[in-house]
Amino acid sequence: MHLMVNGQEKELAAGSTVADLVADCGFRPGSVVVERNEEIVSGEAWRDVQLATDDVIEIVQFMGGGC
Amino acid sequence: MDKQVKDTLRLGGQEFISRLFLGTGKFRTYALMQKAVQASGAQVVTTALRRADPDFPQENILSYMPRDITFMPNTSGARTAREAVRIAHLAKAMGCGNWIKVEVISDNRYLMPDNFETVKATEQLVKEGFTVLPYINPDLGTATRLVEAGAAAVMPLAAPIGSNRGLRTRELLRILIEEIDVPIVVDAGIGKPSEACEAMEMGADAVLVNTAVAVAGDPVQMAAAFKLAVAAGRQAYLARPGRVLSGEASASSPLTGFLHMPHEEVAVHG
Repeated sequence: MHLMVNGQEKELAAGSTVADLVADCGFRPGSVVVERNEEIVSGEAWRDVQLATDDVIEIVQFMGGGC
Repeated sequence: MDKQVKDTLRLGGQEFISRLFLGTGKFRTYALMQKAVQASGAQVVTTALRRADPDFPQENILSYMPRDITFMPNTSGARTAREAVRIAHLAKAMGCGNWIKVEVISDNRYLMPDNFETVKATEQLVKEGFTVLPYINPDLGTATRLVEAGAAAVMPLAAPIGSNRGLRTRELLRILIEEIDVPIVVDAGIGKPSEACEAMEMGADAVLVNTAVAVAGDPVQMAAAFKLAVAAGRQAYLARPGRVLSGEASASSPLTGFLHMPHEEVAVHG
């Protein structure tokens, strides 16, 4: 299954969930937020939401910033 | 003393003793940032939201924050109101409250905020229940519209972001402080504690500092210096500074009734 994750191409097994993708990228749950096709997937739903080919995913986290 | 205890900043349904907000960017390490936050006494901190990179895993900044801190994520990176709203939604999904510093910048050179897009984003996010603190060019018309839209505070810039050039917009800041009824948080460009102190003396309700602390030789000591400066400026504002003379002088010591010395003697003894 072909995905776009944070602007990069990524291949993942068919039927993978959001939780699978986050784990595959090595991110700890609770430290990132996931957006699938411009809709936020809440942490509780990660295990239930199956990805589809050509999904556009953004995985973001808080970082140092200010002014 | 009683007055000091009661002098709190009310913002977004909360009350703060500290009037120094701290940004978390540009510190060499998160551990150093954590020490600076502690030394600053800040109760509100700003963070940014960015793509997580699996090839360069970052530590979780949240684990470096004091438990009782108020998060004010910014929408930096947004070039339009629509992008700012999208980033605000992502920030809220992090589960760290509903404050958002709306920052919409479409100018790459001077990093000037786009006031028009900022008003649009603020209107939308207030409707959605966010506590919105918009970052703007200090313009009274824009600030008035932001208040009408329900902004919790207005954050005018002192100088371009990261420039450490101080209160370049002083006259415009003064107008906002006088005319705008929500808290004014002077944001961006403050480079030295004396400048933060002056902003507070002028009647700003708080200041947001980041670069000046983060790039100092000793960020922790600089954070402590800003804490003192902001508190001093606030006290001076509450004490109501005396008038400024446009010319000549006014002696602080009595000029009469002392010794009658001949002029020659004064000259000899200096």
